Amino acid sequence: MTVERIVSETKDQFPIGMRVLAVDDDPTCLLLLETLLRRCQYHVTTTSQAVTALKMLRENKNRFDLVISDVHMPDMDGFKLLELVGLEMDLPVIMLSANGDTKLVMKGITHGACDYLLKPVRIEELKNIWQHVVRRKKFDRKDRNNSDSLDKPHVDSGEAAGMGNADNNVKLNKKRKDQNEDEDEDRDENGHDNDDPSTQKKPRVVWSVELHRKFVAAVNQLGIEKAVPKRILELMNVEKLTRENVASHLQAKFRLYLKRISCVANQQANVAASLGTADSSYLRMGPLNGLGNFHALAGTDQLHNAAFRSFPPSGVLGRLNTPSGLGIRGLPSPGTIQLGHVQNSGHSINDPSKLQSFVPGNHNANILQGMPMSLELDQLQNNKGVSHIGELPTANSTSVFPVSGSLMDAQITGFSNNPLLGVTSNSLMLEGSSRQSALHASNLRDGVYAIGFQNGNTLSEFASIDPVSNQLRDSKADLQGQAASINCNAGKIMRSVAQEWNAPRKDAPYQSHLMSCSVNSSTSSNGAMVQLDQCLDRNNSIFHRTMDSDSIGPLNFVDPLSIKHVEAHNSAMEPSVIEKERYLMYQSRPQGNHIPDSVGSLEDLASAMMKQDQGKGNRRTQ
Amino acid sequence: MDVVNQMQRQFVDYSTSLHREGILDDQFTQLQKLQDENSPDFVVEVASLFFEDCEKLINNMARALEQQGVDFKQVDASVHQLKGSSSSIGAVQVKNVCIAFRSFCEAQNREGCLRCLQQVTHEYSLLKNKLQTLFRLEQQILAAGGSIPVIE
Repeated sequence: MTVERIVSETKDQFPIGMRVLAVDDDPTCLLLLETLLRRCQYHVTTTSQAVTALKMLRENKNRFDLVISDVHMPDMDGFKLLELVGLEMDLPVIMLSANGDTKLVMKGITHGACDYLLKPVRIEELKNIWQHVVRRKKFDRKDRNNSDSLDKPHVDSGEAAGMGNADNNVKLNKKRKDQNEDEDEDRDENGHDNDDPSTQKKPRVVWSVELHRKFVAAVNQLGIEKAVPKRILELMNVEKLTRENVASHLQAKFRLYLKRISCVANQQANVAASLGTADSSYLRMGPLNGLGNFHALAGTDQLHNAAFRSFPPSGVLGRLNTPSGLGIRGLPSPGTIQLGHVQNSGHSINDPSKLQSFVPGNHNANILQGMPMSLELDQLQNNKGVSHIGELPTANSTSVFPVSGSLMDAQITGFSNNPLLGVTSNSLMLEGSSRQSALHASNLRDGVYAIGFQNGNTLSEFASIDPVSNQLRDSKADLQGQAASINCNAGKIMRSVAQEWNAPRKDAPYQSHLMSCSVNSSTSSNGAMVQLDQCLDRNNSIFHRTMDSDSIGPLNFVDPLSIKHVEAHNSAMEPSVIEKERYLMYQSRPQGNHIPDSVGSLEDLASAMMKQDQGKGNRRTQ
Repeated sequence: MDVVNQMQRQFVDYSTSLHREGILDDQFTQLQKLQDENSPDFVVEVASLFFEDCEKLINNMARALEQQGVDFKQVDASVHQLKGSSSSIGAVQVKNVCIAFRSFCEAQNREGCLRCLQQVTHEYSLLKNKLQTLFRLEQQILAAGGSIPVIE
């Protein structure tokens, strides 16, 4: 029996056969838990080590539906595991403890646990835990459907429930085919099988990570204005790739990017502000309420200068998954996503590696190292933080990625609620650093990373991230690898792109598009990544990964795609790639540049974005 | 069958007395309910694990408390774990001592901790003996062809 078959069978009888991973260092409790879970007809895997659990989860993200973990464990704090799982895998996690202290329970919830059970655990309680899985799935699906209706469905194929991706695809317009293709391709890349190839009429080009990277490099090299498909194609020098493929990829990525941005823009107003101008420190923490939180959350001083450490997949991003509460929960400590320091001087992210995300010292503040995208690490399950990559552009090494953890419905501007958001924006200083690769996409998973909006427009500009955030939740794409890649390069690219696309254009549709885009991405974890990837890819057409360009204006692009969605990519994609993508997403709002014709819809998106931007005044310095 | 019945009655009485004495609580009953044909030795298994774990934790605590500079955090961690496992198995007396133990740890009261440690050790030994007697009764019933009565 293949795993897939088992999975599908069990899923049919859900909650029977729900696959649970139980982690507890106490053998007595573990045995008891296992027996109880089996009695509930779940499929149980146990381990007494958190490290082993993580390994199992990382090996196959689709292997489990739910994780139950003790809080006190010798090898790793339960909360840390919670964060990591939330960020990387976007799975519901239930905490278990003999200590029912309110503070601890609160900590669990803020770290993103979807439930907190007290020992001795009773079978009645375990009988209901499946609801957390369903809730998450439903949320994703709903978001996905919404986004689909708005735009091409960024279905995250990840969801085993088979969110009718295929259906959505079929419903899509022919003209969306390209996007579908991209999505499908991305999904396929991610290993999802849900894509329905039948919707595509032309031979599909699979935009692998490598290919996309080349694409981004080419775009980067050409510069936004000159990044026409033909030239890109030439630079990429890939056999059998046609100009049409490149064109559609370019368009798709851009659209995704714009969508994301618009989603994030709304929420990221503050963040954007912080992202500010190139010359100023990106950490405009000031406006961001979250900042304070962020710092607090971080609990360490790493926020600002966290070296880019190789970031274990532990999510910087908090679990933004909880569908229910996209509300911004206080910043989950884990979540400070600091993506490195944005170097004010730079403005251009010259060195992708510069992105540094610092990892908060404690597990609470998981900073995605190397993830340019500041991911809200908070495991707020309910909050999918949107990471905004602030100021990516300027800082050579740092981009601030405001990660609005729980962008759910809260406007990021508020931030107060969501420390995550605040923090992210501020803290999302991505420091480009060579270590970026460490950025783990996983962290980004949950949140939609709103790529910093440089001109301070960030949040406000973006459409409410809510939809995005919701999605982010589910789409905890494993940003593991990806996060990293969203390094400064991305930012840079974004900036330049942003500038290019500055032309005011219709925004409404795009914004919604973006939003839905992001929403989509959040759906299943697998899908999320895919979506993210897709979005990134699409939007990345403009952004290149290489941060060589130097003046990427502040990135106003929000990366609605939760980075985390890059589940499939995690393994496949190098962190650096992901990071780059992210960066791309984060571009400062275009300052009024015109989107090159080739961009087509991108222009529209850009203009939409620009409009917002313009309202705020472009602070970008080209 | 009389013998079996007798043994069963003995088992029930003994079990009830353990509950009455407050050595075991409802959680233990739950464990017994979980035992079925699929996992016939479940209770014994859990109890064995608990005994092992308990001994290890008690040793840890004793060692930590013997130190010149007592690491109360470590002691507390062990107590916490013991509390968790004892509550999972239904060893209510042990659990209660753990609760008191934790307060002493927080207060960094070495004397208090040592006293609690003593109490924990005592309660644990008592429990172990009683459970072993209970299991023996169970084995006897099964050996005689009877079935373990379910205690409500």
